[in-house]
Amino acid sequence: MSEYTEKFDATGLNCPLPILRAKKVLTSMNSGEVLYVIATDSGSVKDFDAFCKQTGHELLESTEAEGKYHYYIKKA
Amino acid sequence: MSAKKLAIIATKGTLDWAYPPFILASTAAAIGYDTQIFFTFYGLQLLKKDLDLKVSPLGNPGMPMPMGMDKWFPTIGTALPGMEAMMTGMMKAKMKSKGVASVADLREMCIEADVKMIACQMTVDLFDMQPSEFIDGIDYAGATTFFEFAGESDVNLFI
Repeated sequence: MSEYTEKFDATGLNCPLPILRAKKVLTSMNSGEVLYVIATDSGSVKDFDAFCKQTGHELLESTEAEGKYHYYIKKA
Repeated sequence: MSAKKLAIIATKGTLDWAYPPFILASTAAAIGYDTQIFFTFYGLQLLKKDLDLKVSPLGNPGMPMPMGMDKWFPTIGTALPGMEAMMTGMMKAKMKSKGVASVADLREMCIEADVKMIACQMTVDLFDMQPSEFIDGIDYAGATTFFEFAGESDVNLFI
């Protein structure tokens, strides 16, 4: 997975900042575009899942590599 | 489908207790909830323009302290002059190092997300507080106004 429209680096940020700031970026995007988020907060794995379920955005991919979490979110 | 609603009553005015209402309100707003916070008694400190919140180890046995101080430090020691200022400084430094947002930032995000904030008029009168001490854009009202929103909310929290 590597195709995305916008990228947001939430490295070092803790709950609830990764979600709040990602939501802000999503607001500025168009429907169908993909936001790529990088985070280091381990709690963000379940939170991004819950965020997408409740807002209707699609979590295309959620992976972990070397202590970083990568999310691809398609805007509803 | 109409938006879900979250109503919060914020009653505490310390640095640690400032977090739950603002974290929950900003997050709820981010996932589409209509959100309202009613600030009463010490919770009004959270609406001051000049946020000067503190955390105290006094009477707070659950508070983790550095170097295992919470295990061997006598409770009476937490009442020493300067302890509150020291603990507040340490807590703020810790939060910054862990990437935790400041209370002012979280409050700002609530405002940006249209979280409605209401100051309890009775408390404002009781403590002779002045509206000029508070941030702009808030309402002043009473319990009945809270229930107008809370009565049709999906989640109600007392913090």
